[in-house]
Amino acid sequence: MSEAAVIGARPARVETGKFWILPPAALLALLFFYPLALIARQAFFDDSGMANVAEVTRVLHSRFFLNALINTVSISVAATAGCLIVGLVLALILAFVPFPGSRFVARLIDTFIALPTFLVTLAFTFLYGSAGMLNAGLMEAFSLPLPPVNFLYSSWGVVLAEVTVYTPFILRPLLAAFSLVDRGQIEAASVLGARPLRIVRQVILPAAIPALIAGGSLCLLLTVNEFGIVLFIGAKGVITLPLLIYGKAIQESQYQVACIIAVINIALSLGLFGLYRFAAGRLGA
Amino acid sequence: MSAAAFTGTNVMDIDAAKVRGAGSNVHFDKVSVAYGAHVVLHPLTLDIAPGEILAMIGPSGSGKTTALRAVAGFVRPASGRIRIGATDVTDLPPYERGLGMVVQNYALFPHMRVEDNVAFGLRAQGADRALIAERVRDALGTVGMSAFAKRLPRELSGGQQQRVAIARALAVRPRVLLLDEPLSALDAQIRRNMVEEIAKLHRDLPGLTILYVTHDQTEALTLADKIAIMRDGRVCSHGPTGELYRRPPNRFTAEFLGRANLLPVTVVEAAGGKGFARAALGDTTLASAGRDEKAGDRSLLCIRPQHLSLTDEGGHSNRISGLLREVHWQGELTHLVLDVDGTAVRVSTTRLPIALPEAGTRLPLFFAPADTSLVPEDAGV
Ligand SMILES: Nc1ncnc2c1ncn2[C@@H]1O[C@H](COP(=O)(O)OP(=O)(O)O)[C@@H](O)[C@H]1O
Ligand SMILES: [Mg+2]
Repeated sequence: MSEAAVIGARPARVETGKFWILPPAALLALLFFYPLALIARQAFFDDSGMANVAEVTRVLHSRFFLNALINTVSISVAATAGCLIVGLVLALILAFVPFPGSRFVARLIDTFIALPTFLVTLAFTFLYGSAGMLNAGLMEAFSLPLPPVNFLYSSWGVVLAEVTVYTPFILRPLLAAFSLVDRGQIEAASVLGARPLRIVRQVILPAAIPALIAGGSLCLLLTVNEFGIVLFIGAKGVITLPLLIYGKAIQESQYQVACIIAVINIALSLGLFGLYRFAAGRLGA
Repeated sequence: MSAAAFTGTNVMDIDAAKVRGAGSNVHFDKVSVAYGAHVVLHPLTLDIAPGEILAMIGPSGSGKTTALRAVAGFVRPASGRIRIGATDVTDLPPYERGLGMVVQNYALFPHMRVEDNVAFGLRAQGADRALIAERVRDALGTVGMSAFAKRLPRELSGGQQQRVAIARALAVRPRVLLLDEPLSALDAQIRRNMVEEIAKLHRDLPGLTILYVTHDQTEALTLADKIAIMRDGRVCSHGPTGELYRRPPNRFTAEFLGRANLLPVTVVEAAGGKGFARAALGDTTLASAGRDEKAGDRSLLCIRPQHLSLTDEGGHSNRISGLLREVHWQGELTHLVLDVDGTAVRVSTTRLPIALPEAGTRLPLFFAPADTSLVPEDAGV
């Protein structure tokens, strides 16, 4: 009797359980997969609506696309490397060198994540731009006719701005990982004769590898898709994939070309994301 | 890392330690420690002889860990000096002190195999491969963990992890081994075995100086050559283990180290020469080993529960009586609680009269003067 009731009840519950997948799935389809599909489709049709696969090959072999791809990847890799190094050093100091106010500083850096990315770029322009404080000061001090510092308007400017903006994304998981490192292990290592550098390499870093991989992949993803910073700095010749898509779609109205590049950009992002999941999964993070 | 990783003192001491029996002494010279205005260690002067096991015991928060961490170099003394052997280590960083340390939660490196954990210190000190291999084998053999060299710490039980932690500390041939509650995380059965194994370890390495911090008096009584009892950041007594147990110099020591019955007495006759003092408990006069009490002094007569017997045996010339309050039978031992003139007196005995006495019965208690001592009331407590 009761058994029958239980058996009878079970399918009903599964039924309602299944039902709940519908709203998110529908929302996802409407807001995410449908536009994605539109873009993918548009990549194979020219702007008058005719199928045009040859255009795909042409774009993929074009100079402007290859340049943008190389720019994107190299800037992203350089910025991520910079974020990893700066983030690691900062996190080590914040977590292991006790100084008054270290928690406040950590929280301050945390709030950085909340700010719009172009804000930093704007600040950089004020500081290092042609008419910025550094150049103005130098020009006046040495009576120079032209601004002497112009790294900002190169790939380096973009990398520097991205490092500044995205380091907190490394810092946060690293600080979390470091807070879990048993201070007893560090002390044990120290008593056994290990100096600070060895302790960092052999005791602290192994515990932080999942955090480094997770933070690093996130940085790669974000910098590959970065738009605001690159646009804002407006460095000559520094065209990345997102900027190229913007230019083709909005400025030149070449929608098919824009969509072809967008598909590549999406594939790159998803590939990086897959890599991140794979690495995180293998490390049990 | 090469020989340059050694400091002058380390090279010398590691070589010296190769000769078995060459341990270092540890000397606290008026060492005090404060956190802000909060003094947690009052000026402490204490010497641990080479090859000695000193157990530092005391209640939680009494400053034991602080004293040990001052030796390790993690706590900076506010005043005083710490010497290990001939070296003043007060200003040396931990990694130049040549010590071994084992803590309660093992603190093994989780991503390293057992053998790499044990090799860690030697690698850090730049020892060559052959020596490392030999020492790792030795150290793991000493703690009976040779079969587990390739395991990761998480694949070991708590007791096994603690053995590895001990092997890791021993592999560097430390001048002094610091143990901070090393067995407190283990369950009772394993803890008993480990205490015996640490005792055996010290028999095998008689030159090793050990500072053993614990709140467990059984561990201290079993292992230590000497005991220092800490209370509120001060050493309230310090001496050879047996002596401290038999003749506790104050009430706190008597009660912290083993169980003690303390009967309030008035000294009637001082202990002259080698004889016993005589003290009055109510109308009863008792003979007791005394110190320097004078007739008329108020004092406490200390008698351990296992030294009280219900029957008159040879030499048990002291006799008191009390009302039986509680009886706890625990297999090997039976614990009785009696009321003797308002003082609760515990008796632990292996032998009982045929019939278990009932609560409310008045029972006589016999004990030998040699098993007693007079303990002064703690001043200002
Ligand atoms: N880092 C610290 N900051 C402030 N107070 C501390 C610190 N470490 C220990 N103390 C205090 O010092 C006292 C002694 O601590 P501890 O040496 O750990 O005692 P025990 O090991 O005997 O339990 C305690 O009152 C504790 O609260
Ligand atoms: Mg402690």
